[in-house]
Amino acid sequence: METHSPLERLLRGIALTLVCLFFMFPIVWIVLMSFQTNETILRVPPSVVFMPTLENYTALITGRLETAAGTLNIDFMGNLWNSLFLSTTSVAIGLLLGVPAAYAFARLKFRGSEDIAFTLLSFRFAPPLLVLLPLTIYFQQLGLANTYGGLIWVYQLIVLPLILWIVRGYFEDIPADIEYAYRIAGHDFWSTFRRIALPLAGPGIAAAGLLSFIFAWNNFVFALVLASADKQPVTVGALAFVTASGIQYGQVAAGIVLSIAPTFALALYAQRYLVEGLSLGAVKG
Amino acid sequence: MTIELKNIRKAFKTNTVIEDLSLSVAKGETLVLFGPSGAGKTVLLRLIAGVIEPDAGEIRVNGQNMAGVEPEDRGIGMAFQNFALFPHMDAFANIAAPLTARGQSKGAMTETVEKVARLLKIDHVLHHKPKELSNGQKQRTALARALSAQPSVLLLDDPLRNVDAKLRFEMRLELPRLLKDQNATVIYVTQDYKEAMALGHRIAVMNGHGIQQVGTPADIYHAPANVDIARLFGDPVINLLDIVPERRDGRVVAMISDRAIPLADDYAPQIGQPCILGLRPEALRFVADGTPGAIPVEVEAETPLNEKTVTLVLTLRGREIMVSRPAGTPGPASGQAHVAVDAGAAILFDRATGRRIAPVHKMMRQEDVA
Repeated sequence: METHSPLERLLRGIALTLVCLFFMFPIVWIVLMSFQTNETILRVPPSVVFMPTLENYTALITGRLETAAGTLNIDFMGNLWNSLFLSTTSVAIGLLLGVPAAYAFARLKFRGSEDIAFTLLSFRFAPPLLVLLPLTIYFQQLGLANTYGGLIWVYQLIVLPLILWIVRGYFEDIPADIEYAYRIAGHDFWSTFRRIALPLAGPGIAAAGLLSFIFAWNNFVFALVLASADKQPVTVGALAFVTASGIQYGQVAAGIVLSIAPTFALALYAQRYLVEGLSLGAVKG
Repeated sequence: MTIELKNIRKAFKTNTVIEDLSLSVAKGETLVLFGPSGAGKTVLLRLIAGVIEPDAGEIRVNGQNMAGVEPEDRGIGMAFQNFALFPHMDAFANIAAPLTARGQSKGAMTETVEKVARLLKIDHVLHHKPKELSNGQKQRTALARALSAQPSVLLLDDPLRNVDAKLRFEMRLELPRLLKDQNATVIYVTQDYKEAMALGHRIAVMNGHGIQQVGTPADIYHAPANVDIARLFGDPVINLLDIVPERRDGRVVAMISDRAIPLADDYAPQIGQPCILGLRPEALRFVADGTPGAIPVEVEAETPLNEKTVTLVLTLRGREIMVSRPAGTPGPASGQAHVAVDAGAAILFDRATGRRIAPVHKMMRQEDVA
């Protein structure tokens, strides 16, 4: 149906531009801000014409924040590393546990399977603050407070239900006959899981991994309460930019740019695995 | 390799699909499982393949009880109705799947795959992914995958269902030779009676949770166990007329168009009982007026059907009957005509139960089957 009139195409172009502008403008503005000093950011009226400066980035990377009140040491790169480590490990563990569980929920209907799956989903219902108080006490008693292990464990609350439910849907979409055919051809349960189910649910696993990585990366409250400075991710670390002498907008912007960069890169990379219709043509259409 | 099923029962939740089914297939035999959709044919194949377990009963392959034997250890080849190809592997890898499991060397594997592919005329598309294959090629790939490891038991689940008419016809011609060369015990599922008759040494008719009749194609055609089976086999469908046999001049007869049609004396116990008379359209023929035993009819419509011409006629009581004759032979002009009945070919059913009454012993005529 490629029969659009020129007017239609024009209107569509305008609509697309408006949508792009609406969603992209804040990001573009932040990128611009990250190359400016506080003075140029705060001038009225704002302007896109300025002398770009890299001082925000150098401040972040060296960890020395120059303020009107003096030099402040912040460990932004440490925060960034924490975020990267916490999110990656959480997602890796989440996938390791969640994908086989999702397969079990999709294929092996066992007593109480629906209830267990729903319970896992229900972790997402409760407001994080509700579980935080008892969790803090437990963590202190168990010696998990302010450890990577403890944080990664709590991050499973975010990551695991997401992976489980997304990947389960993908497993359910694979026609069971394809797996039966591989079994009948003489391959055992595990090689069928590895060679048929996993590759065919690949796009779903990639999507779930990416989404849960973003959720883990953006988490704030868990890390705020359960970790102290040296274990904190960027989301919490960014609080340091609010100093006694005011807010360092340029550095905040540079911090944002640096902290969205990994997720952005991951999304671009994972895009190719998010192709749909891999199972097309397997069974009759 | 024989297949033996004893008192199989399978239900999904409260829905009973198979109830007390027993069946045996001899070594090298092709048994066609025929029946309407929902009769449990596919479920039965899956039970034999081992991807689902029966609730009760015993499955034996070559005498060995299959209970608890995993599907990969049963040594069975299966082709699925929906092909069920592995979408992320090319046709070669699909066909080779049963061979990789058996740990064949790469060279031997390539040779086997190419041989099977040549046999099924898909050797030129071996490196295409399933989505790049036409329906016919997919079907052949699925079949090749089932055959490649030369299993002694082959389960073919309506493999021609999703291919076009031309290919279906070709495959119907090729399959018997292919299956014979494999020397395998085959269970072939189909909903097409012509396919069933063309491919099966024996046909098992499945309907309503179980097997209603097992027999050679000729048995099923000439001596169907009940009205439903009589209706399922044959095109145009069998004429079924409500009659009550009576005795006239010392003979058992049925009245059609106020004329007495003689029935076999075996049917004497049915006199006065409500029955259904089954007459194959080819057991009727047009004759000249005045022929003894001929019944007067009115010609309604005529239509060609493959190599036959089918005429719809009305009896004096307004009952519709179909008469078929070889195409090109002279037929009646419109209006009045007379039809003679081959009384020996008449099949009688009990009207209450639908079951066939008293077997009529007669020569099976193979030419009527096709």
